[in-house]
Amino acid sequence: MSSTQNLTLVQAVRDGLKSEMQRDDDVLVMGEDVGKNGGVFRATEGLYDEFGEDRVIDTPLAESGIVGTAIGMAAYGLKPVPEIQFSGFMYPAFDQIISHAARMRTRSRGRFTCPLVVRAPYGGGIRAPEHHSESKEAFYAHEAGLKVVIPSTPYDTKGLLAASIRDPDPVIFLEPKLIYRAFREEVPDDDYTVELGEAAVRREGSDISLFTWGAMTRPSIQAAESVAEDGIDVEVIDLRTLKPMDTDAILESFEKTGRAVVVHEAPKTGGLAGEITATIQEEALLYQEAPVNRVTGFDVPYPLYALEDYYMPEDTRIEDAIRETYEF
Amino acid sequence: MSTLQRDPDDRVRVLDEDGRVVDGAEVPDLSDERLVEMYRQMRLARHFDQRAVSLQRQGRMGTYPPLSGQEAAQIGSAAAMDDDDWMFPSYREHGAAYVRGVDLAQTLRYWMGDERGNALEGLNIFPVAVPIATQILHATGAAWASNLKDGENRNAFVCYFGDGATSEGDFHEGLNFAGVFDAPAVFFCNNNQWAISVPRERQTASETLAGKADAYGFEGVQVDGMDPLAVYQVTREAIEKAKAADPDGLRPTLIEAVQYRFGAHTTADDPSVYRDEEEVEKWKAKDPIPRLESYLRNNGILDDEAVDAVTQSVEDEVAEAITEAENFERPEATDMFDYVFEERTERLDEQRAHLQRLRERHGDEELLE
Repeated sequence: MSSTQNLTLVQAVRDGLKSEMQRDDDVLVMGEDVGKNGGVFRATEGLYDEFGEDRVIDTPLAESGIVGTAIGMAAYGLKPVPEIQFSGFMYPAFDQIISHAARMRTRSRGRFTCPLVVRAPYGGGIRAPEHHSESKEAFYAHEAGLKVVIPSTPYDTKGLLAASIRDPDPVIFLEPKLIYRAFREEVPDDDYTVELGEAAVRREGSDISLFTWGAMTRPSIQAAESVAEDGIDVEVIDLRTLKPMDTDAILESFEKTGRAVVVHEAPKTGGLAGEITATIQEEALLYQEAPVNRVTGFDVPYPLYALEDYYMPEDTRIEDAIRETYEF
Repeated sequence: MSTLQRDPDDRVRVLDEDGRVVDGAEVPDLSDERLVEMYRQMRLARHFDQRAVSLQRQGRMGTYPPLSGQEAAQIGSAAAMDDDDWMFPSYREHGAAYVRGVDLAQTLRYWMGDERGNALEGLNIFPVAVPIATQILHATGAAWASNLKDGENRNAFVCYFGDGATSEGDFHEGLNFAGVFDAPAVFFCNNNQWAISVPRERQTASETLAGKADAYGFEGVQVDGMDPLAVYQVTREAIEKAKAADPDGLRPTLIEAVQYRFGAHTTADDPSVYRDEEEVEKWKAKDPIPRLESYLRNNGILDDEAVDAVTQSVEDEVAEAITEAENFERPEATDMFDYVFEERTERLDEQRAHLQRLRERHGDEELLE
């Protein structure tokens, strides 16, 4: 059996980058403060010393510059992994991501591709300043030509990151910074992949299907354990990849339970809970026993931290929705 | 010759590192009273900064971006503005904001996670801009609007940003528009040498940041940003030119104030990872506060007694602001729904009611744990 290390999620990001850089000389990391500083969350710590400044690149402060040049690098044969320091600062790069990364393959009829992975920490709950707490996964999932990945465990983080880097198309890899250091898990030293587009069943259950991802996975499991004391058996499914979404896993669970709760931090309107609900309607209407219940952020700009705990879904709110759905 | 018309490499200075007037420098025409007030404001900014960092360390405040070392650039530039002029801050301009009338307690309130800290009624100041360089376009737009709406009575619009911001596309677009539409804008670049861990020379291969103004057709000037009198002088001239009836050349100016951030980028940053203590010490020798103090003492404007009075006044004022900030009533949970639109939509009403039901059913304690 190969050796493992007991890592946090952010250490698994670093370990995943390191393994892929050792495996493939074309893989490089670029962004603001990723080199000498090792990243503001230490996600690239030590990589600069190991791989040098041509593969762990401190760039000027310009998100469009970072992603736009990464597109050129990717089309020219490298495998850049640009970091955007916080997902709230991705918007200057939005044009490059949407207008070019997402459609380079289509526009050039496959001549040019964009095998890049844009990494960014996302999500709330860390008492951060303005623009440091948003969850905008729906923007990227909405765009044809982009894959969207959000891990929730250290093991998955390393494996999903490796799969994303090896994927021939652009991947938006959003990291739940709330749980960057929340817990540890054994992570193999050797490189491995966790396949994109496959959900994970975190808790098996027969009464209600709960679909979630990222930092919401833990309070969802907590809520499921809590209602289990009252005999409500919740199946918790961590989607892990939001695009392509594991529709088979969603339907398989829903056809068993007939009831669903979807949990995400992002605002309700236009959030991916709507997509999941529609999939259930289209494919499994006759199994449905209750309305699909969405537990989400509110349709408001993410509040500064004095009020963020009212905004963020947590176990009590999730439990409330589970009971409502169960009792319908 | 106007200081603005000097070569950008020829940094404007009034005081040397010991507070003596540099040969041939023109000392701005400021009353003793105003000079002492500038000194007090710089001391206040420094003391506020130290207390704010300690509040964060004690868990009484969230992440905070310190300004120590940058007092001359902030106070000197803000003091040069006329009452009706407008200020567009980044996130580090607590000192400049204070000069422009922002209560310290309001600044603390914002960094304590309360949106109301950004509600600066009656002051000509935009809300803090946390994304990098985005406010430059707003300043240009507002300045352009003043050309259109105010004509001869136009105001000046002073926009603050850092050296890192000059790498963003918004910097280029903002300055380019300002040149094309001859907007009465003053682009005040706080070049503090470090954008978190990335040094100034990694931002641009250009020799100076001030030199970038050439590409937009207006003047750029480099000033010693740790010399409050030089900063005042340069900013004052830029403001007067911005508003002149018939300026010599285009109205906008790019000011590069060369200075140093003594502390971390924010309280979440550890600068020892990326820069040497030796470099920090070198820049601390240029500390703007003792420089101005020496100048004032040497000219008989300030004595021990007056310095003690300033010390007492800044300590009292900051202590009062902290007490006030910590005693503000918490914002109502439902506050977040109230400023999305002028009127809450039906869906926002539903979500607000849902939150209230959850609070009634479970209580805040359980909901927030």
